[in-house]
Amino acid sequence: MTLQHYLVISAILFTLGIFAVLTRRNAISILMGIELILNSCNLNFAAFSRFMTPPEDISGQIIAIFGIVLAAAEAAVFLAIILAIYREFGSIRPNEVDTLKG
Amino acid sequence: MKRGAARQVILTIRLRQLKRMEFTLKTFIFYGFALMTIASALVVVTVRNIVHAAFSLMVTLFGVAGLYVFLQADFLAATQVIVYVGGILVLILFGVMMTSGRFEISIDAKSHIERGQLLIGGVIALALLMLLLTVIANTPVWKNLTDDGTELPPTTERIGELILNGQFLLPFEVVSVLLLVALIGAALISRKEVRDQ
Repeated sequence: MTLQHYLVISAILFTLGIFAVLTRRNAISILMGIELILNSCNLNFAAFSRFMTPPEDISGQIIAIFGIVLAAAEAAVFLAIILAIYREFGSIRPNEVDTLKG
Repeated sequence: MKRGAARQVILTIRLRQLKRMEFTLKTFIFYGFALMTIASALVVVTVRNIVHAAFSLMVTLFGVAGLYVFLQADFLAATQVIVYVGGILVLILFGVMMTSGRFEISIDAKSHIERGQLLIGGVIALALLMLLLTVIANTPVWKNLTDDGTELPPTTERIGELILNGQFLLPFEVVSVLLLVALIGAALISRKEVRDQ
């Protein structure tokens, strides 16, 4: 296994996440796309920490753990906003939440 | 004497075979995890039923945890399973449950993706993938960095040392405050509004 194996996997995950964010028409599916993107970033951190630094240096892994914490906080706030929107509009499709549209 | 030497030779050959077998097995499992991750991520992105997408996301997260194990990041793999599969995924399923209609499970049943949107999104994603792959293939510093297979000691102790007593103390505190803020904010946003009487 080389570094490039991990980088390619992570690039594919990132692209799939971007694709989900761009094309899905449901806020929760968009959240799943964002989770894929965050996972690919954490995978990159861990891979670079393994291959590019001396083996006793594990700061990349710690940054990846902080990334997981941020993902958890983001998911909680995202779902709270989705619930509030659902209560207000009766739908969570981003296209139908258009009160501010001119 | 001769017999002993012959036995020695046979033993070394066997050992080498075993090592090679272990190596191929490792590669096989690695590719299995990689395939599992990517295939289930594809399902997450394309399937219509959102509950199916959520369960497929679970497989993706487990696959990424397996890749962390291959990177010898044991604590990170455990954290991934506990936080993502045990926390975020349950949160997502709760979100699906509370925002779908009474009887329908799949929220985006009809015309869940418009054709033009699909086309544009696909073109952008493909272009991005091509760009990333070109960068990965052509960066000279990243070439020929192979995993030599040396086993490192478990990382948990060093991570605790670094977070609570070292370089990462300040980010740890900042992140804990951030979690508190997110918790309070989420509770405040999602509660029902109570009007004063």
